[in-house]
Formats: sequence, C-alpha cells, structure tokens
Amino acid sequence: MARTLAAPRPAPPAASAPGRRFRQTAGRQHHAGPLTYVLLVLAAVVSLFPLYWNVVAASHTGERVVEAPAPLLPGKRLLDNLSFAWNQVDMGEALVNTTVVASLVALSTVLFSTLAGFAFAKLPFRGRGMLLSLVVATMTIPPQLSVIPLYQIITDLGWFDQLQSVVLPSLVAAFGVFFMRQFLVEALPVELVEAARMDGAHSLRIIWHVVFPVARPAMAVLGMLVFVQAWNDFFWPFIALTPDGSPTLQVALAGLGAGNHTVDHAVVLTGALISTVPLLLVFAFLGKHIVGGITAGAVKS
Amino acid sequence: MATSVRAERAGSPPPAAPPSSPGSRRRRPSPGGLRSRLYRWDIKAIPYVFIAPFFLTFAAFGLFPLLYTGWLSLNRVELGGDPTWKGLENYTDLATSEFFWNALLNTFTIGVISTVPQLLMALGLAHLLNYKLRGRGFFRVAILAPYATSIAAATLVFAQLFNTDYGMINGLLGWIGIDPVNWESSKWPAQIAISVIVTWRWTGYNALIYLAAMQAVPQDLYEAASLDGASRWRQFISVTIPSIRPTILFTIIVSTIGATQLFGEPMLYGGSVGISGGSGNQFQTLSLLMYEKGWVTGALGQASAIAWVMLLLLLLIGGVQALVSRHNRKKLGG
Repeated sequence: MARTLAAPRPAPPAASAPGRRFRQTAGRQHHAGPLTYVLLVLAAVVSLFPLYWNVVAASHTGERVVEAPAPLLPGKRLLDNLSFAWNQVDMGEALVNTTVVASLVALSTVLFSTLAGFAFAKLPFRGRGMLLSLVVATMTIPPQLSVIPLYQIITDLGWFDQLQSVVLPSLVAAFGVFFMRQFLVEALPVELVEAARMDGAHSLRIIWHVVFPVARPAMAVLGMLVFVQAWNDFFWPFIALTPDGSPTLQVALAGLGAGNHTVDHAVVLTGALISTVPLLLVFAFLGKHIVGGITAGAVKS
Repeated sequence: MATSVRAERAGSPPPAAPPSSPGSRRRRPSPGGLRSRLYRWDIKAIPYVFIAPFFLTFAAFGLFPLLYTGWLSLNRVELGGDPTWKGLENYTDLATSEFFWNALLNTFTIGVISTVPQLLMALGLAHLLNYKLRGRGFFRVAILAPYATSIAAATLVFAQLFNTDYGMINGLLGWIGIDPVNWESSKWPAQIAISVIVTWRWTGYNALIYLAAMQAVPQDLYEAASLDGASRWRQFISVTIPSIRPTILFTIIVSTIGATQLFGEPMLYGGSVGISGGSGNQFQTLSLLMYEKGWVTGALGQASAIAWVMLLLLLLIGGVQALVSRHNRKKLGG
C-alpha cells in the first residue's frame, strides 16, 4: 500500500528535466473552446443545484416541499424554519457539539501528526521504515472492524452518548502523519535541524522554533481537511451518540430524517442547511487554499 | 556546518575541557554530565516520543478492537451478554445466509455504478479544467462544493429530489415524456439513486486530484505528440492518461475502499426502512447488514464476522491490485 499511497505525487520522469521551465504551464497549452465552457458550466450547475435547492426547500412549508411540482424559487419561511429547527429540535446544540468535536479533533490531529511526521521525515531511529509502513497500512482498516469493541468500551466507561467517545478515537490519524511526513521530507532542510541542535536546542525548542514555522502551511491544510472530515463524520458518531442526547449535526440529521420527530421535510432540510452552511462559508473564503491542499495531499479517507 | 562556525564566533567561548563528542561540543560544561546524558536521551528517545501518540491511539482504538472483533466473530455474543465459543459457525452461517449474499452483491453493484462513472467524469472534468480558462477558480470551488456537504445532508436533499411522487427528477423525466420511476422500492433505480449521491459528493474532489497530477505532466511530451500529428483526444489518451496512471490507480483504490464501507447514504436514503436497506433489502450493503445484526438483532458475533469479511475483501482487492500493477509494469518495462 505504501507505494500506492505515495503515488499521487509522481516524480517527473528524467526526460523532463530540460523542460522544467515548461511545467508552469504544462498541459494548459490550449485555450478552452466554447464546448469546454458549456460542459464546465453544466458541471458547476449540477454541483451547486442541490445546494441551492436545499435553501429553497428550507424556505417553504413542509406541505409545500412535498407537493408536485417541487418549488424552484425561495419562499418566505426560512426564518420560521430556522427558529423551529433551532428551538424545537435543537439543531443549535448539535451545531455547538459539532464545532467542539471537529475543533478538538483537528487541533490534536495537526499537533500529533506534525510531531510524528517530523520524526518520520527527519529523525533517525531504529525501525523507522517499518513503522512508517505500518502507519500507512492502518489506513486501509475499515472502521467497521472496530465499532463493536469500541461500543462496548464506551458503554463500560459510561461514555455512551457523550462527546468524548467521538473525540478520543480520532485524536490522531494515519493520514495526517503521512501527510505531514511527505511535506516535511521536502520542505525542511535537515541542516536547519542540525544547526539548531549544534546551538544546544533540545527537541521541544526545535519543534517550536524550526519545525512549526516551516510546517505551518501544511498544518493549516491538514487542519482544514481533518475539520471537514470530523464535521461530516457519520458512521461512528451514529453508533456512539443519540439524536436525543448530545448529538453531532450528522446524528441529529439522521434522527430528523428517520422520523424520530414529526417528519416535516422543510425542517429536515433546514437542519441539513444548518449543517452545510458553515463549511460552505469556509469553502467560499478559503476555497483556493482548500483546493491547493487537496491537490497537495491527494488522499481521501 | 557553516552554522557551527558562526556560532563558535558569536557565542560564549567554548568549554575549556576537550570536546568529548562532536554532538555535545557546543554545549556548556555540565556538572556530572547530567546535561549530556539528558541530551543523549533526548536524541535517542524523542523520535519514539513523537510517534507515540499515533501508536498509542491506534493500539487502543484500532488494533485492540480489530483483534477483539476477530475473537468475537468466533463466538456467540448477544448485546450485553457473555460470549460462548462457536468456532467458525458465524462464518459458515454467513455463507448460507441469503441476506449476506444479497448485501455482498448490493455492495458490489452500488460500488461499481458509483465508482466507475465518478472517476470517468472526474477525469473528463480535470481535463477541461486543465485548459487555459477564465473563471478557473470559480469552477474549481464550484465542483468541490459537494465535498463540503455531509453524507446526511446530501442524502436528505437527494431523497427529496428522487421522491417518486413529487421529486424534481421524476418531474424532469415527465417533462420529456418518461413515466415516473420508482426510485425507492425498485431495486436498480434505488441503487442508481444512491450511487448518484456518492458520485455527486466525490466527483469534484477526484477531479482536483487528477488535475494536480495532470499539471505535473511535462509540456514537452505534448509538444512531441503534436509534432507527430496527434489530435487533442489522441494526446489525452496517449500522453495524459499514461502519465497520471499512478494517480488513477490511487483513486481507484481509495474509492473502492469507500464503496466497500458504504453505510450512511443507503441508511438515510431508506428513511424508516433504511437500516434494512429498503423494504425488500434492495439496497442493503454489508455495513448496513452488520449494523442491523449488531444493534437491531443484537447478534454481535455475527456482526463481527461480517466486519472481518469486509477486511478480507479489502485485502483481496489490494492483492489483485498489486498483481495487476506488477503485471502492467512488467509489460511496460519489458
């Protein structure tokens, strides 16, 4: 697996060395024709329409949403639906829970992944290669394999329906370790570490004054990717939390959709909107960086 | 090394004692060698300290549960009860269970009809985004927007769009003269609807991964191809695709892993009958079956066996992939 996962950053073939300066524009040699724009606009419409329609549905009454023909333009009920979802079905609490969970998971994953990634990239130690392969191999283990014992553990500890049962298993991820390692191998000159060492800096100082500054862009990208993933995580939170206890947004939505409460489809879709809008705002403002991060990391987990 | 020279000039005078080892030469004299012992400990142990959080978390929440699930799969365990040893019975039960084979087949068919179009469309989109474009940033962010939605939100929206009676998709089909399709209870339409949700969420993401790989393809390859008179389509097939093959393989593996674990989309798409994968189990996947066995029926041993079958499947897929790529490399390398 290590080979496959390392693959998304293919080294340019040797033949390309003389053509290096071309790589800036590589593959973009042609201007797009009208057909390209037509297809891209179509793709953008298909991508964005369900999101637009989510807004439309959240701004009508439940009865109107389930009438044919389906509404295409926003109605006047958005604020009513929002306040209902906020007060009656407590999407507000779910929003807070999700923010807490995703922030903790992102912070701790970034911190621990940077430390481990630095060790794997720049520090010599016995078993480094083997341990790194092990990290990568763990990425293929499906979460289904651990949920049954995890469920028993958290019930025994009395953590069922408590947020720490979702946070603790996600404190650090193999993907993050691998991501930071790939970045630091190239970005951090080993001389920098050695020089700091010569000046008598101990490892924590080196982390603080050398590694963190160099790794900051990758840490930001990793933080965003992990945050999005933790925000949207479904399988394990659905087992460990309940819609009526302290749910994350996804668990609360599952409760709404499955009809634990009166199924008012406008309210259900208002809930969906509440769960989507924060991330969409992040994407709208940081879109470029996230696009850059995905293309740099090129790993979906 | 230049740094150490500079440090020597700028810093306090070096210790009078002769340098003991090159590593500690720059350090102040340390009574009893405590600092140098600390220093050596720092060098030797710190890598393990840094990687420890990952391995401790993995041991507690990954490896132990993995093995424990394997052990459970050899027992009869009721939710909240004590295990009794059953050997391979859970596995042989699966082999004769029509629900298991149905779920396995559904996982496979939904996986194929969501992964194949998804990756093909992503390739095409990446190729289009690779032209010199106006509004490049907008298009990239727009096709990535579905990635920002959660499984739950996306599925609930699409469940409305696919609704047989009032959904917009049947509305559109009616508009061009096609009878309403039963997107919930007919097997293939329901599986297609679920695949559409998966495809919608992931196509843009994969397109951006392909785009990054395409931009690393050296320009002179294209120049040589166009000198040889290759059309743009020909260049796409003969230059672009082979150049980004490692990336394509990577996305195939990752999508396959994702498809094997499909859970949230069919569960939420099915609404009140979601856990059984529709009224006739027509879209019950392995993950759903596992959840139903474990948390609805309470048979954790059987659920564990299903989880282990999933791992074995993934290992099998990984093995086949390794064989195929080795075969390809031999063919290419000669």
